[in-house]
Amino acid sequence: MSTVALITARGLFGRRRALILLPLPLLLIGLAAICRAYDLPGDQWGEAVIVGLGFAVVLPVVSLIVGTGVLGSEVDDGTLVHILTKPLPRRDIILAKYAVAAGASAVTSAVPLFVAGVLADSAKFGAALAVAAVVGAFAYSALFVLLSLVTRRPVLLGLVYILVWEGLLGRFLSGTRVLSIEQYVITIANKINPSTILDSEVGLGTAVIMSAVFVVGCTLAAINRLGSFSLAGETS
Amino acid sequence: MTTETLTPETSTGTDVVNLTNVTRWYGNVVAVNDITMSLGSGVTGLLGPNGAGKTTVLHMMAGFLAPSRGTVTIDGKPTWRNPAVYRDLGLVTEREAVHSFLTAEQFVLACAKMQKLKDPAGAARKALELVEMTGAANRRIGTFSKGMRQRTRVAAALVHDPRVLLLDEPFNGMDPRQRMHMMELLHSLGDRGHTILFSSHILEEVEQVAGLVQVIVAGRLAASGDYRKIRRLMTNRPHVFAVRSSDDRRLAVALIGEKSVSGIEMEAGGMTVRASDYGSFTRALPRIALEQGIRLHKLVPSDESLESVFSYLLEA
Repeated sequence: MSTVALITARGLFGRRRALILLPLPLLLIGLAAICRAYDLPGDQWGEAVIVGLGFAVVLPVVSLIVGTGVLGSEVDDGTLVHILTKPLPRRDIILAKYAVAAGASAVTSAVPLFVAGVLADSAKFGAALAVAAVVGAFAYSALFVLLSLVTRRPVLLGLVYILVWEGLLGRFLSGTRVLSIEQYVITIANKINPSTILDSEVGLGTAVIMSAVFVVGCTLAAINRLGSFSLAGETS
Repeated sequence: MTTETLTPETSTGTDVVNLTNVTRWYGNVVAVNDITMSLGSGVTGLLGPNGAGKTTVLHMMAGFLAPSRGTVTIDGKPTWRNPAVYRDLGLVTEREAVHSFLTAEQFVLACAKMQKLKDPAGAARKALELVEMTGAANRRIGTFSKGMRQRTRVAAALVHDPRVLLLDEPFNGMDPRQRMHMMELLHSLGDRGHTILFSSHILEEVEQVAGLVQVIVAGRLAASGDYRKIRRLMTNRPHVFAVRSSDDRRLAVALIGEKSVSGIEMEAGGMTVRASDYGSFTRALPRIALEQGIRLHKLVPSDESLESVFSYLLEA
């Protein structure tokens, strides 16, 4: 693990914000467990819990907290300068931070979704949800790491994307779904293990290609942006 | 506002940091206006009132700000979008944020590793010794005082023994003993051939550490070089000398006839002489004293302090 990744990981998990990651996954598992305990069939509660909470809230919000935390907080408090004043290619810095963000988001989202999938249907369904969550975590993280570098309010902009673009416009305007990571994740999970719980709105090709576009495009943009990172003068 | 830069001939021909016709603007505001500046080995103070553009200049030198016009280079290589320059460059920003969850040793060691040094642990230990932080090396930075955090940041900036060290207000938060130690450290680094540029708003600090200054006023380079020589170039201002002799009154009578002397004030324990021409006066005084048989006890230029030079430049 690179020094940059180690510092990033320690900064991420050593802060109180890491605790914010726990309630949502626990809520997801708790709700699924309650439904299962009352012997409710999976297709009755699966969509609300897995899609409505898991894919629409847990996965993007966890990725937002982590994705903006690995870089945005260092930009805010000025500690990023200690990393940038090293002869490291900016690509290495972004990739290290991105790997930590995507890895942490993937684990935090995929595990509860796997458990919810097992409780709702089967282990295979749980595995499909987990794989889709990993893909989603990588796409969301790339987007949110980039937002940390292009705006001073990455969390706000990230929430606008999650709540307004995906949550609101995605329901009523079919065209917006082409740029919705949530829709790619649902499609990928549904193709791995078709289920009545999931309702795909975009094709698999679109989901895979657009996920890759988010990952590669946002990462390249972040590398370029970090190369032009400027410090504001405090006494100038 | 001055439009002409006072620059005594001080260039050694081995300048490491070069700014050529550098301008930086933010929207309609010109923060730095057409500055040309060269820094060689030794310690140089970057002076200027608040808002003059010091930090903007430092950030451009450090590759954290693109010049709107002109070039900024270290060893001939541009600093903007060129991370390779950090092999030879150390930066201590004014903002004191450090990864507070790390110990001083972990932080400096991490910096050594990111510099890809052959012996990062040895380099980290040496850097912490330099700033006298060995005793607190295993404490978390979050528990440090402002001065300790500052010294840790200096250790991190020095861990790879950079040729060029840029420091923005490095003495902030330090107690007098730490301040003295930091001054000695900068002195010794300068003597060893490093190029050190530090900004400060405390003139006394700059005077004690740096003979060379770069003075920025309203985004322009107002003066550059040895501040005592800069003072002598200010020919429109009389030079002020404190003189004491075996017979001050008789010496005053003899001096007032001298062309280069523009005024004399008698004071208890000596006199203050205003001279329009530094060279002519300092040559004439010993001659006149000899002719009059007067013994000189004291001759001190009393407005060659950095404070005087700085205030003259601001008024200009």
